[in-house]
Amino acid sequence: MSRTQVYDLANGDVRALNQKLHDLSDADCERPWRVVHPKGAHAIACGVDVPVHVVIEGHAGYYCAGMNQRAHVEIRGNCGVGVAENLMSGDVRVRGHASQAAGASGHGGLLVIEGNASARCGISMKGIDIVVRGSVGHMSCFMGQLGNLVVCADAGAALGDSLYEARIFVRGRVKDLGADCIEKEMRDSHREQLALLLREAEVDADPDEFRRYGSARKLYCFDIDHVDQY
Amino acid sequence: MCGIVGLYLKNPELQSELGALFAPMLIAMGERGPDSAGFAIYGDEAPDGWIKTTLRQADQKVAWSELADALGEAFGGSVTFSVNANYATLKVKSDEAALRAHLAEHYAELRVMSVGRSIEILKEVGSPVAIVDRFNVRNLTGTHIIGHTRMATESAVTTDAAHPFSTGMDLCLVHNGSLSNHNRLRRRLQAAGIEFRTDNDSEVAAGYLTWRLRGGDTLRQALEAALLDLDGFFTLAVGTADGFAVLRDPIACKPAVMAETDDYVAIASEYRSLADLPGIEHANLWEPEPANVYTWGRESA
Repeated sequence: MSRTQVYDLANGDVRALNQKLHDLSDADCERPWRVVHPKGAHAIACGVDVPVHVVIEGHAGYYCAGMNQRAHVEIRGNCGVGVAENLMSGDVRVRGHASQAAGASGHGGLLVIEGNASARCGISMKGIDIVVRGSVGHMSCFMGQLGNLVVCADAGAALGDSLYEARIFVRGRVKDLGADCIEKEMRDSHREQLALLLREAEVDADPDEFRRYGSARKLYCFDIDHVDQY
Repeated sequence: MCGIVGLYLKNPELQSELGALFAPMLIAMGERGPDSAGFAIYGDEAPDGWIKTTLRQADQKVAWSELADALGEAFGGSVTFSVNANYATLKVKSDEAALRAHLAEHYAELRVMSVGRSIEILKEVGSPVAIVDRFNVRNLTGTHIIGHTRMATESAVTTDAAHPFSTGMDLCLVHNGSLSNHNRLRRRLQAAGIEFRTDNDSEVAAGYLTWRLRGGDTLRQALEAALLDLDGFFTLAVGTADGFAVLRDPIACKPAVMAETDDYVAIASEYRSLADLPGIEHANLWEPEPANVYTWGRESA
């Protein structure tokens, strides 16, 4: 690998950094990037659409690595609201904890959170896979449409409220389920898919210890008999 | 929007640096609240039987030394005072009710910003950078401090609508969020004798806490009751004589991040405000859970 490109946010702004990342071609991506002194700045490494490796050394602010395609972003710290929001492809790894709405509305790619994620993790997810080694806060996977949310510890209140077709796997305790979210049978195909996700996320957990949750499909398929549930 | 910041020092050796540590925290929340800013600083306690009041003059020049002499004659003892821009803090040998009544009767042109043994509330319209310069915040000393940067959504940009709001002796409130039932609640509180200066929603939250505390609630009980009676979005920070308390509504849309080291406990709306605190890279960092009252201080609330 070529020598790492270091960008110091103490001496440069986020907009200039993102512009440099946007200007890269696929051929430039052999050279990894290292962003130092992030100090909670917002929107670091957003809108990147090349397979570049970016390491952020420290705590990042809101919307870190959002809207990315194909990029590989690692945050060696905590993240503010909306990390990897609207992720299209590629991967994002948070070594610390993530704030609210991690992976919100993500269409694809993989988000790994090694600590905990707070409220509304995976809200309105549309195909992203999210693996959380710790716990997630309340209303996680709210209106999740597609993709997988894997929680290796506990889930907060109203998990999967108004769920569409996203799948939820939880190893620990679920405080309670949201409207129209139910526990479902864990079949072999689900175990295989979960094992693959855990392997990809480099998280050591036994798929047999997880329970699966999904949509009862009574809320989003309108049925006059269920009107009292709306 | 709006930004909340607070810093409580566990290590007394840092008290001389309280303002210097706090100023960048407040400025870092300028993007969340560019309209006005303010803070409540605690320290320099009044002796037993005395209280401190912080007063604001609007346009006219008040001769603070004459006021101090007059208050000394009215209440006895030698009234000491310190001036900061258009504010002065005076120590008077009185209790809260008598002092408030006296000031209302004789000095209606002055705003009583805070009353307590230790608290001083200073706030103005303007950017946090301007407020920090105006009140020379970097040189202030004390035990703890709560601050706010405001982006007005519910009412006009005025000093009265800026935060913190005094909620009683040594108590103040800062609020990030918006309340939906503040008009109805204000009418209820007015009927119970609570006075309001603005049509601001956060002032209603402050008035609500004042009312609960007057009724005999502990701070924790008052905040737990607020979870039932305040409808809307809020992260609240309450400054007390001994520390501060934090509460987020059950939905928790409004952010808060906490940091704790051996030297301090800090709160901010965003980590950016905490990023320059000493030892932050090894601090315990977490988000306060929704609908859970947190308190820090020498005594629990």
